[in-house]
Amino acid sequence: MSMRTPLKNVRSLGSAKNGTSHYWHQRVTAIAMIPLFVIAIAYVVSLVGADYDRVRYVLSLPFTSLVLLLLIGAVFYHMKLGLQVVIEDYIHTEGTKMVLLLLNTFFCTIVGLASALAVLKLAFGG
Amino acid sequence: MVELALPKKSKVGTGKTHPKPEGATNLKTFNVYRWSPDDGENPHIDTYYVNLDDCGPMILDGLIKIKNEIDPGLTFRRSCREGICGSCAMNINGTNTLACTKGMSEVDGDINIYPLPHQPVVKDLVPDLTNFYAQYASIKPWMQTQTPPPPDRERLQSKEDRAKLDGLYECILCACCSTSCPSYWWNSDRFLGPAILLQAYRWLADSRDEFTGERLDNLEDPFRLYRCHTIMNCANTCPKGLNPAKAIAEIKKMMVERQG
Repeated sequence: MSMRTPLKNVRSLGSAKNGTSHYWHQRVTAIAMIPLFVIAIAYVVSLVGADYDRVRYVLSLPFTSLVLLLLIGAVFYHMKLGLQVVIEDYIHTEGTKMVLLLLNTFFCTIVGLASALAVLKLAFGG
Repeated sequence: MVELALPKKSKVGTGKTHPKPEGATNLKTFNVYRWSPDDGENPHIDTYYVNLDDCGPMILDGLIKIKNEIDPGLTFRRSCREGICGSCAMNINGTNTLACTKGMSEVDGDINIYPLPHQPVVKDLVPDLTNFYAQYASIKPWMQTQTPPPPDRERLQSKEDRAKLDGLYECILCACCSTSCPSYWWNSDRFLGPAILLQAYRWLADSRDEFTGERLDNLEDPFRLYRCHTIMNCANTCPKGLNPAKAIAEIKKMMVERQG
C-alpha cells in the first residue's frame, strides 16, 4: 500500500509545458503532404513507360527536385512524430521505450536524408 | 508493454445461474460480473432472471430487484436513480452508461453488465475511481481570480458568456467517457482523460475565471492533454449526450492560439 496521496501521483513531475509544437507540426506536415503527394503521383503516372534517361531528366528538373525534397522532408518528419506517439502510447517499460524512440529518430533521419541525397544527386547530375 | 491478454487472476469464468422466479412469464436475463476481494477466486458471470411484470423499467430497477429479492450480496453503487449523481455508471452490453437511465426495453436479448472498464475493481460492479478523482482535483475545479468579488453582489457574466458553459456544466463525472477511452486505458497514470479535460475546459471557458493561462500551463503536456487522439468513444458513450472530444479540441485550439 502506497503512503503517497493519489494527488501526489497525478501531479507527479508536473506539466512538461510542451507538446503543442509537436501536435501542430504533425498537422502542418499532414496538410503539406496532400498537394505534394498529388504532384509526386502525377509525375510517377506521367513517367510510366518512359525510358531511363527521360526519368533521370524529369527528376533532375528544379521544380521536380523541389517537390520531392519537400515531400521527403514532410513524410519523414511526420513519420517520426507519429511513430513517437505510438511508441509512447503502448510501450511502458522505460528502457525499451527509450531505445525504440532513439531507433525511430535515427531511422527516420537516416532514411529521410538518404532519400534527399538521391534527389540531390539527380538534380546536380552526380 | 501494454497487456493484450487479461492477467491469469482476472480471467472471467462462468458463475452461478439463479433459478427463474416461479410463475413468471415475462422474464429478462441479467448476466452480471461478480468478483469479491475476499474469496481469492477469479471473477465470474452470474445469471439472474427478473420478472418484468413486477419490476421498474430501468436496468437499475432490475439490479435493485435482484439485490432485494434474489442475491443480497450483489454490490453496485446507486443513489439518485435519475441520471444526475453518476453513481450507477457501468458497462451495459458493451457500452458504458448509467443503469438508471438505460431502459431494459432498449436492450435486445440478455443484459450483460460489467464494471467500468480498465479500473481496479473494489467488488462486483464497483470500480475504484481514486485516480480519476485525484485527476479531477489536479485541475483545480473551482473559480480562481485575482480580482476580489464585488462586495455587494455576485460576479456578473453576460448571457453570451454563460451560454459558452452549456454542454460543459452538465457533466456529472460518472467516468463513463474516461473509462471508454483506449488512450485512458493505456495511460491513465498520466493522461487526464476526457471527463477531466472537459471539466478543465469548463473553467477555461468561464468568463469570470482569471487563471486561464495557468490552467493551460498545467495542461500543456504530451501526456496530460495530447494523448487524446480523437478516437471519439467519449462522445459516443456519454449518457448525458455531451461531447468531451470537442472540449478537448477547444483546449488544443487555445494552446495553438497562445503560441502567436
